[in-house]
Amino acid sequence: MRESRTLRWARPVVLGLFALFTVLPLYVMAVSSIKPLKDVQGRFTWLPTHVTFRPFVDMWRTVPLGRYFVNSLVVSVSATACSVAIAILAGYAVSRYRFAGRGTFLTTVLSTQMFPGILFLLPLFLIFVNVEKYTGIRLYGSRTGLTITYLTFALPFSIWLIAGYFDTIPRELDEAARVDGAGPLRTLLRVVLPVAAPGVVAVAIYAFMTAWGEVLFASVLTDDSTRTLAVGLRGYATQANVYWNQVMAASLVISLPVVVGFLALQRFLVHGLTAGAVKS
Amino acid sequence: MARTVTAPGSAPARTPGRPSPRPRRRVKALPYVLLLPALVAELAIHIIPMLVGAWMSLLHLTQFFIRNWTQAPYGGLSNYRIAVNARGPVGKDLLQSFLVTLAITAVVVGCSWLFGTVAAVLLQRPFPGRGALRTLFLIPYALPVFTAVITWRFMFQRDTGMVNALLSDELKVTHGHPFWLLGDRGFAAVVIIAVWRMWPFAFLTVTAGLQGIPGDLYEAAAIDGAGSFGVFRRVTLPLLRPVNRVLLLVLFLWTFNDFNVAYILFDQPPAAADMISIHIYNASFITWNFGLGSAMSVLLLVFLMVVTLGYLGVGRLRSRHA
Repeated sequence: MRESRTLRWARPVVLGLFALFTVLPLYVMAVSSIKPLKDVQGRFTWLPTHVTFRPFVDMWRTVPLGRYFVNSLVVSVSATACSVAIAILAGYAVSRYRFAGRGTFLTTVLSTQMFPGILFLLPLFLIFVNVEKYTGIRLYGSRTGLTITYLTFALPFSIWLIAGYFDTIPRELDEAARVDGAGPLRTLLRVVLPVAAPGVVAVAIYAFMTAWGEVLFASVLTDDSTRTLAVGLRGYATQANVYWNQVMAASLVISLPVVVGFLALQRFLVHGLTAGAVKS
Repeated sequence: MARTVTAPGSAPARTPGRPSPRPRRRVKALPYVLLLPALVAELAIHIIPMLVGAWMSLLHLTQFFIRNWTQAPYGGLSNYRIAVNARGPVGKDLLQSFLVTLAITAVVVGCSWLFGTVAAVLLQRPFPGRGALRTLFLIPYALPVFTAVITWRFMFQRDTGMVNALLSDELKVTHGHPFWLLGDRGFAAVVIIAVWRMWPFAFLTVTAGLQGIPGDLYEAAAIDGAGSFGVFRRVTLPLLRPVNRVLLLVLFLWTFNDFNVAYILFDQPPAAADMISIHIYNASFITWNFGLGSAMSVLLLVFLMVVTLGYLGVGRLRSRHA
């Protein structure tokens, strides 16, 4: 296919503009995190007057960022672990068995993904409050309640992704294990799962990202002692006098592990996510 | 093998006179056992709360009944009547928020789709730096939403932000330093951020869709003398239709339901950026009238379902006639 001259000329310009649009906030975040306070309190400058790493030290003292970090980490890791385990079981059932209700299950689970969160929020809040009233189990304002909530958020796509990954693993492997006398669960754990390890890691990263970035439910279902980063950082940025250099430093630290994890596994994740979206 | 054994209603399983029914029942029940944890979780956090929400919308569930909501008086459809009455203050604000959300969504979906498609097509041919650009374009999608929006919040600050420094001090596009986070410019601020976050997903999906188009189709079109744009219009676009159909729906639902951008960007969103999710959220938690809030949520769900089913239905009809 020959390329018109306009296209050859337009490509670098258009792609350059997209790149600029994408990079600007990332640049602002990075450069502001190494600025002294007076730089972010005056007119914006593209470079710091002098480079300082103080914001990365001070940010832990201005707000209880460490506590938010621990809360986010505990909730996200537990939610990830649970949802990966549940998704592996469900994904195996969906991939290896044809049973009545299979289609209904998949459609229902996937469609909950598309419902507005606000729809579940009010009833869930009420249910949590009342569960505590009648059983004494503390869900509202606890990390347990948030963990249970988050594990279901990643579940639909996780099941979808992992079932898709299991589909690529030949059934002959299962059958060989069966012939050797292994039951279905042992087959799954000892034979299929090790082969599916990259898929499991990708699902785990996806689940972690979902929990790590969630805002709406965290803003209602947590209290002062269980605040996650998502709510804590917003609280920080809505104060009258904001230390923007510290907020940017904190944002950088919060974002980096997730972005690195995503990019490291982008090939697989991207394939799974787009396939999930396109096929559904 | 496992498939034939467990297929529901398969002939051998029904043959009478064959002993050992236990293991067979176990095999049949197994997929359900494997699904059980997922089902329980979905029921507990999604399905049951949704039903409870529908019930709540029929109650006069105000702050006095949060802890004993079963005693809240039944109100029938009165919450719905308040919500849809465009002449009352509540209904008027809800309608306004709905229209604003619709407008924001239209612009965001259009721009995200356009940017994503253009970038995907321009990156179709290998050239040095292609991989790096692809990775770069993915970053907004990978970034936790709250850190991204907080950064934009900083950029949109009137006196210390990057946007005003760039637009009025350096490029001289705007006069003086306008407020971005108050008043009507809030609309633009939300749109810019939403597009920034959303277009990488369109880019990803279209890129995946392009990989499914066989290369000889392009060659055939080129032999027929089609230019780049002709090839795009006659080969690429029609073949991307199934991908675009789902992509547009997903973009629509995500943008329309979005809570995060407006919540993190503003202390209190201006009327021009009052996205429906945050409107319902504020209406519920400021007045603690959960009955009314639930009625609004149910209305939102009904709207989304009608749009989704209608959209998918029209698409199916069209593809049958095509």
